[in-house]
Amino acid sequence: MVRCDLVMANDVSGPMAFRAMERMGAKRVFDPDRVVMVADHFMPAKDARSAELQQRLQRWSEEQGVAYYGQGRGGIEHTLLCQEGWVVPGSVIAGGDSHTCTYGALGAFGTGLGSTDVASCLALGAFWQVVPETIQVVLAGEPAAFVTGKDVILAVLAEIGVGGGTNAVLEFVGPGAEALSIDERLAVANMAVEAGSETGIFPADAKVAAYLDGRARGAWTAEASDPGAELRQRLSIDLSALEPLIALPHLPGNVRRVSEVVGVPVDQVYIGNCANGTMTDLRQAASILRGRSIHPRTRAIVVPATQAIWREAAAEGLLDAFVEAGAIVSTPTCGACFGGSNGALAPGENAVTTTNRNFRGRMGSGEASVHLANAWVAAAAAVAGEIVHPSEFA
Amino acid sequence: MTVEGIALRVNGDDVDTDVMYPGAYLNIEEPAEMAPHLFEGFDPTLRERLVPGTILVVDANFGIGSSREHVPVAMKANGVQGVVGRSFARIFYRNCVNLGLAIARCPEAVDAARDGSRIVIDPAGAVEVDGVRFAAPAMDPFLLELGVEGGLVEWTAARVATSPG
Repeated sequence: MVRCDLVMANDVSGPMAFRAMERMGAKRVFDPDRVVMVADHFMPAKDARSAELQQRLQRWSEEQGVAYYGQGRGGIEHTLLCQEGWVVPGSVIAGGDSHTCTYGALGAFGTGLGSTDVASCLALGAFWQVVPETIQVVLAGEPAAFVTGKDVILAVLAEIGVGGGTNAVLEFVGPGAEALSIDERLAVANMAVEAGSETGIFPADAKVAAYLDGRARGAWTAEASDPGAELRQRLSIDLSALEPLIALPHLPGNVRRVSEVVGVPVDQVYIGNCANGTMTDLRQAASILRGRSIHPRTRAIVVPATQAIWREAAAEGLLDAFVEAGAIVSTPTCGACFGGSNGALAPGENAVTTTNRNFRGRMGSGEASVHLANAWVAAAAAVAGEIVHPSEFA
Repeated sequence: MTVEGIALRVNGDDVDTDVMYPGAYLNIEEPAEMAPHLFEGFDPTLRERLVPGTILVVDANFGIGSSREHVPVAMKANGVQGVVGRSFARIFYRNCVNLGLAIARCPEAVDAARDGSRIVIDPAGAVEVDGVRFAAPAMDPFLLELGVEGGLVEWTAARVATSPG
């Protein structure tokens, strides 16, 4: 069993875990200071059932005395927990959400679990785990314009596919990894699970230390793999050779260069998710949308990941630029990213999104098509009404 | 503890948990209410062919994506008692083990099985298809123990009861 330093769940995985915890006969959590609950999936509640889930999440959190981020108080769990200093290097974080792997961006072993696993973690503070192998991804070279962290992880998926990382951790090293900002590392680590991996980890460096300064809720030590550690595989990616990439329907590993698929008409653009509603993403999108209009056939939704990011983007004038261009700006929510609410797709529609999954039916109709790309590409598609290379709007 | 049942093929690699249980229904909490949505985004007719004791026979990298436990819960609610596959995504595999569903990785058994085949899963390291025995990787002793106790709820309950405080 692996001890958890932190256990996280949301309005979908949490209430299900509480029921399992009751069946386990566990009345109290193992340590209320190491448990965080976030209402973000059906946020704000789309119907009475969703409202009940959030009500139960809040009441349970109050009873147990654990941290709770409800409506208007937090945002999307993974960006939020990093922002609020819950995630520190070297910690083990068990999350009732598959994208818990995002915490690898800060050097933590964050990993996604189902609700029964989460219940056992809440009761005992530990989960079973087979020791994973390591796939090391060596990043070198300076990325070209419009190439972001999203393109790095799409390049990995293009190489190893949606099962190539199973039973392994992705470890991102090299000068290209060190050069990525924290926001970009979040985007990379977020999709490690799309390769099947347990987590996607960056060694904690000076950038992580600076990010955590005044933020971290506990002491931490940086962990890195031992020199000469045994690897299952080593991949090398030259960032200077990358172009903006796009995952075509209906698999995140179905990756092409954007330049190969220009001209595909786009009905909806969605900028946001648990790692791509950051200030970095919003600034990239705004630099294209500011002073331009979204194409008449296209709808655009921008979802800042947390309340704090929402306010910062508002203060910078980004939100106004989005609305002026014809987009809507949403409250932080997982929303349409998982087909929950707040912007689902109709049959036959094409979307370009900065989200992490384009499975059939993921964002609404099973007859809709979702394309995954970075915020530059998504914003450019909104203006053009079709897939274009973002350099068109440089 | 072996599990015996009737095979139903689910064809295709990389079948994700979104198509097996679409996100719009994640606000449902009762297993009986989850049950009708199983396979809804993949092939809704599959569900009509499930019988009590069905063992699903699946291809490679089955169950990718979301950690939603609604998928194995809805499988159990429809009478599924085991899954035999070429390979599985990690969280789906964990969820099945934790919920006490028999799960075995055995490509040879997948090759041999047809709809209606009689399947026996022996977690100690074998899958039988219509009487023909194929070797499968033995489960980790800890996971065998979980299976014997009925799943992670039962396993944890025993530890909660004996832990001080």
